Order: sequence, then structure tokens, then C-alpha cells
Amino acid sequence: MSVTRTTELRRLADGGRGRVALGVLGALVAVLAWSAVSGSSENIYFPSLLEILERTATYWPTPEGVDNLTASLRTLGAGLGLAVLVGVAAGLLIGQVPVVAQTVSPALEFVRAIPATALVPFAMMLFGVGDEMKVFLIALGCVWPILLNTADGARGLDATLLDTARVFHVTGLRRALGVVVPAVLPRVLVGVRIAVPLSLILMVTSEMVGAQRGLGYVITQAQATFQLLTMWSGIVVLGVLGFLLTTAYSALERLLLRWCDPKRVSS
Amino acid sequence: MVLPTLARPAPRVPRRRPARGRLRGGAVLLPLAALAVAVALQEALTRTGVLPGSYFPPASQTAAALLVELGGATLWQTLGSTVSTWLLALLIAVPLGTAVGTVLGLVRPVEAFLRPVVEFLRPIPSVALIPLVVLTIGTSARSALFLAVFASFWQVLVPAIAGVRSAHPIALDTARSYSFTLWQRLRWVQLAAMLPHLATATRLATSTSLILVVTAEIIIGIPGLGHEITMSRSVGNPARMYAYIVVSGVAGIVINAVVKRLERALFVSHGIGAQA
Repeated sequence: MSVTRTTELRRLADGGRGRVALGVLGALVAVLAWSAVSGSSENIYFPSLLEILERTATYWPTPEGVDNLTASLRTLGAGLGLAVLVGVAAGLLIGQVPVVAQTVSPALEFVRAIPATALVPFAMMLFGVGDEMKVFLIALGCVWPILLNTADGARGLDATLLDTARVFHVTGLRRALGVVVPAVLPRVLVGVRIAVPLSLILMVTSEMVGAQRGLGYVITQAQATFQLLTMWSGIVVLGVLGFLLTTAYSALERLLLRWCDPKRVSS
Repeated sequence: MVLPTLARPAPRVPRRRPARGRLRGGAVLLPLAALAVAVALQEALTRTGVLPGSYFPPASQTAAALLVELGGATLWQTLGSTVSTWLLALLIAVPLGTAVGTVLGLVRPVEAFLRPVVEFLRPIPSVALIPLVVLTIGTSARSALFLAVFASFWQVLVPAIAGVRSAHPIALDTARSYSFTLWQRLRWVQLAAMLPHLATATRLATSTSLILVVTAEIIIGIPGLGHEITMSRSVGNPARMYAYIVVSGVAGIVINAVVKRLERALFVSHGIGAQA
């Protein structure tokens, strides 16, 4: 390729519309390559993309598929919601009251270091294999990044800001909502961003070990009964779910950041 | 050669006041006291039957189980296999993610081209691939390795792309005026800019890959800490289960501390002091 062509391509990749065009092209090429390679594949473990998509379209809209999907989403939402509530509340407390921080932080460091899934058997022993177990596990695993980031944010609150609030007699709920929350929110959002992919991992794991419903259950069942198309369709659905979740969260994050500091976020 | 610090001088941060209400010697005494109270309370509640002893064995029993395991061979073998799989995963994922990230960061058209594929593959929870991995790779430690590498690769890749591009334009121009070769530019300008990004990425990848290794051990049944934890539960020996959970926590702490120390050593050697 000549030098001018490369610079042209480079400029294209920098511009907004050029990037999108290249991206769409890349996605198309990837899908075509996958279907071309898998279409002629004799390997039963890697069925053709067309068949996978066909199965995705036939299985997941059925009542059974919708039921599994909503069961997963419900536990995911409940677990993540619980983690955010507990993590922010405990993080604010730990970050603002030094005695509490000193007392509990070594214990927190220890519990946090336990790989979240190592607690699967523990959760199963406590709650059996019901929905409570799944919600508990997701909340337990996701609470740490949120808690630690919130505590860090609350600890680093600008002293001038707090003093100003005191001078103007801003106290109680107004102080919490008007001063502390906007100042801590960016850190909370960072914590939740780490927690979102973790919550998906924990959701699938908990559904694989003990459940009668959910995406993880469908995938493992399909593998056990050798329905490879259903298994692959489950993986595709999970990929789409993960993509939608992270995209939606990024949008929410931008919105909230703009709310708590209109000047800083310009992009 | 130390890279001229071309980053803008950091705005002066007002010195923080010493936190109010901090007790002298509290950093050691308070947590110890809290721990002692918690353990004593747990012991008392389980001995008196307020908490069901079959779910929560008294702390002394867990400690006894831990001591027994510390004397046996199983603990060390399983710990060894978990840690070695984890370490191998990190040794593959971090350099691979850095290398691919560097290329994608430098060659923008390729990055724009591949971005949607990355964005689709990245959020797939890698545990979803467990059934596929069981069918294709089998139930050996290699499955756990693959899953851990798959999960942590993306966590390194994306920051690496951002890191390569975060090099200061003036530093890049300077490198050009001194006609640096591509390698020199990467080594002395761009790597230094990447380091903070890579450090965060490595720390995330550390915990993610440990989670994935343990998950694979629990679900697939690969020998390791995770497998021992589930086995202890299913044979009805909760004290041993808690003992292994404690071991996994200690392993996590040690691993995090080692990564943090390496990180600091690397920073110091590159003249980026006082970080983290």
C-alpha cells in the first residue's frame, strides 16, 4: 500500500464517521468469516453460525426461554441492587468515621481477597439452591469494589467543601444529598463499573451449580444433553446481554457524572 | 535514561488535615480487638446453639480443621495447582494483552476495524464458555487456564490501547526530532505512558483470573482450592470448607501484595514515583 493510502486510512480512522464505517465493516467481516469457517465445518462442537442464530431465534422467544431469561435478569438486578445499597451505605460510613475504618478494614481486606466464587458452596449451604442463594452470592461478590471505592471517595472528601457546608449550616439530609453524594458519586460509579461484569460471572456460576432456571442452567443442561446448538445460542445471548448491560451502564454513568459535576464532563 | 517528565505539573493538592478522632495505636489494636470480639462472639453463638453449628461450626473447629490440613499434603498440592494455573494465566494474559493492545493502539485503522468484535467478546462472562471448554479442551487444568486467560486478556487489552495513546504529544515530537526508532519510541516514551494503565489492568486481571480458576475448579472439578471447598461441603464437613475458604482468602491477599510490590518496583525503576 502506498504511503498516501495509509495516511488516508489513518485519517479515516480518526474521524467519527470513518470509525463507524470501519467498525461496521469489521463486524461484517467477522460475522462472514465465522459463518464461512463454521458453515463448512465438520466439527460438531462448532456448528455453523446460521444454525446457531436460527436456534437463538426459535428457542429464546418461547415461554420457556423468556422464563429463563427473566429469572436470570431478576436475580442479577436484585443482587446488584443489594450490592449497591449495602456497598454505598457501608462505604460512606467507613470513609467518614475513621474509628470504624480502622476497626474493620483489615477484616474487609481479607474477605475481599477471597475469590467470590469460592463462596458458592458457602452460599449453597446457607440458602440451599433457591433464588436467595443466587442473589446473596451476586451481592456478596459485587459489594467489595463498590464499598472500597465509596470509602476511598468519602475519605478523600475535600475539606474546604465540608467546611463550607458547615459555615452555611448545611446539615443532615441536605448535606448528605447536596454535598456528600455528588462528591462521592464518581467513585461509586467506578466501583459499580467493576461490579457489573463480576455480577454476570456470579450469576452464571450460581445458575450452573444449583438452579432449575436461568441462562447458566440452560447452557449447562444443553451441554449435558449434547444439544450444542442450544448451548451456543445461550452463549450468544449472554454475549448480547453483557454488551447491552455495559453499554447501558456507560450511558447511565455519563448521565450521572454530568449531573454531579456539569463542568468537568465535557466529552 | 529517564524520560523527561513532560506530563503537566500536577496542581498542588491542599494538604489534608489529620483525620479527627483517630486513636493512637489504633491501627493495630482496634482491628485486633474487633477480630477477637468477632471470633469470640461467633464461638459463643455457635456453642450455645443460637447459630446452627452444622452451618457455622465454631471458629475453634475451623481453626483445628485448618491446622490438620496444614499438616497434610492435600492443602499444599491443591494450593500449588491453583496458584500455578493462576500465575501462568497472568503470565500469558498480561504480555499478550499488552502486545496486542500496543499494536491496536498504534495502528488506528485496525483498531477501528476490530473494535466491535472486541466490544462483543469482552463482556461475555467467560464462565459461560465452561460447557464449551469442557467439551473441547476437557476437564484438565488447561481448561481453567484458558478461561482465566480469556477473562483477563480483555481487561489488559483495553487499558493498553488507551495507554499507548496517552503518551504526551510533546514527548512524541521530541522522540521524532531525535529520530528515535520505533523500538526506542515504544521503549522510552510509550511504555512509560502505559505503565499506570497497565498497573490498574494487572491488578484487575489478578483478581479476575483467580476467580476464574476457582470457578473452573468448582464447576468442572479440576483439582484445586475451589474443588476442595465444594467437596468439603458435599461430604458434610463445613469446618474443612471454611478452612479452605480461609486459605483462598490468604492466597488472595498474598497474591495482591506481591503484584502491588512488583508494580511499585517497576514504577520506581521508571521514575514514576509515589504512585499507589
